[in-house]
Amino acid sequence: MNEDNNIKDDLDFWATNSEEGGWNISSTDEGSQKMLEEEDEKQIKIQTGSDVVDDYVYSEETTDDERMIVNMGPQHPSTHGVLRLQVELEGEVVRRVKPVIGYLHTGMEKTGEELAYFQGPTNTTRMDYLSPLFNELVFSLTTEKLLDIEVPERAKAIRILMTELNRISSHLVALATGGMDIGALSMMIFGFRERELILNFFEKTSGLRMNHNYIRPGGVAADLPDNWQKDIKEILKIIPEKLKDYDEMLLDNPIWQGRLKNVGILTTEECFAYGITGPSLRASGFSWDLRKTQPYSGIENYEFEVPLLTDSDVFSRWRIKVLEIFESLKIVEQVMDTIPKGAYRIQDKKVTPPPRQRLDESMEALIHHFKIYTEGFKVPPGKAYVAVESPRGELGCYIVSDGSSKPYRMHVRGPSFCNLQALPVIMADSPIADAVAAIASLDPVIGDVDR
Amino acid sequence: MSLDEINVEIDQYFKTVEDYKKDGYEMMIDLTAVDWYRKKEPRFEVIVNLLSVSKNSRLIMNVPVPDEDLTIPSICEIYPGANFYEREVFDMFGIKFENHPELTRILMPDDWTGNPLRKDYGSGRIPVQFKNAPKVD
Repeated sequence: MNEDNNIKDDLDFWATNSEEGGWNISSTDEGSQKMLEEEDEKQIKIQTGSDVVDDYVYSEETTDDERMIVNMGPQHPSTHGVLRLQVELEGEVVRRVKPVIGYLHTGMEKTGEELAYFQGPTNTTRMDYLSPLFNELVFSLTTEKLLDIEVPERAKAIRILMTELNRISSHLVALATGGMDIGALSMMIFGFRERELILNFFEKTSGLRMNHNYIRPGGVAADLPDNWQKDIKEILKIIPEKLKDYDEMLLDNPIWQGRLKNVGILTTEECFAYGITGPSLRASGFSWDLRKTQPYSGIENYEFEVPLLTDSDVFSRWRIKVLEIFESLKIVEQVMDTIPKGAYRIQDKKVTPPPRQRLDESMEALIHHFKIYTEGFKVPPGKAYVAVESPRGELGCYIVSDGSSKPYRMHVRGPSFCNLQALPVIMADSPIADAVAAIASLDPVIGDVDR
Repeated sequence: MSLDEINVEIDQYFKTVEDYKKDGYEMMIDLTAVDWYRKKEPRFEVIVNLLSVSKNSRLIMNVPVPDEDLTIPSICEIYPGANFYEREVFDMFGIKFENHPELTRILMPDDWTGNPLRKDYGSGRIPVQFKNAPKVD
């Protein structure tokens, strides 16, 4: 015992009285040991996720020594990008959470003010990179609302077809990464494998696998490729089979159920308070889908159900994504059967550039082409807000126009930004392993959070 | 679906939002701002977007904020989800929200100067040099 003390004293001496200047024993990251400089009761309530529904479990016997604040991220595989979470742990239980964002901020809203309307989709498509077509759609719809134009029926149908396929691919990634975070690595391989089918179709149609710039104000960039029905039929045949495989693997799997059931509860009341929409709201037992309640782009013409689950846990949020894929497949099938013939872009010379062949024959076409590509088309002054149901919830776009060919202010209401605020609610008072499952269930895309 | 748009003065703002919450607007969907630099007085406008799922209607509220005193009450007490949005507006426009639980920069680094989405903040303001760039300590 005595010897041990001596050794400790020696070490202390070397640690403090060394000629080389003492070791720096303080933390390397200034922010790591505290969440904020000073915290009042309200901030702590937010961090413990108890400001709406107080389900905070106080533990009596812990002292401050047993509490530890650690940083999860920004480079952490289960944070789906560069999300940083300051987590206060008590043993293995998460007590407080503070999300820190902004690591992927690239100023896209500022960029949007400097790009003309026809260039806008190139910018917005890079926000939510897992559902790029929705971003393009919402930007185009807002611009069309300001222009007060109606796109042709075929363009509407193509938009629905593409966005619903995009919903499937986005949900597949959500299922895949969700499985990966919990350790179901086969699920990750499966999800990405099936997504490849849809990405191949996107590549055939728009030329790109991601960031398509396909849906533009006035219609879509190109018509569907030849024999596109063949590819869609393949998708419609393969994906339901594979979803059955997932169900066989996971639905009755005791490990999967044990990890997900009754974990990360997010009630309807909390969803309302934080403005959370989409699958998370529907998994908490409240049926709200903008495709039904505030339909856009002619989606009201197709028959589909809105799946609803009531358990409001991670399991329901996982399950509802599987069910939504089935509904999206239904819509895709209906679009394939009923798609009208006609133009895929609006026949308005002021908005749509003329086809390439016309430039050699017509002076007027050349002038329009030149005008559209140099200064862009002018949009009447006004403000517009349009929302669509993206795979993660309500995706809105707010544009203020001052009459020029560039938006005066462009703001995108990304669902992930809003959904992140619920992280303290669903993570607090659960083991850190469950917390990882809870993050995955919200399916945040950091490109959409930081914009 | 109905979409209403109203203009609210800044001293009535908090109470109006409270009334609409009682009136069945359960969700605050969006909160942002517009900078009308040298175009309109007052210079800033805060735009609040409320959604009522029970009545299926939206409400857009425009609140003018004068340049001299850039403060506006925070609505975090009414809608906890306003937290991040108000921080974003504070970060991007420099509008202060009174009684906000934690009004810090959210997207930009903490030590950043300036408010990027203001119209007098040029996007090419900071020169970027790639070759032979001077060393940063």
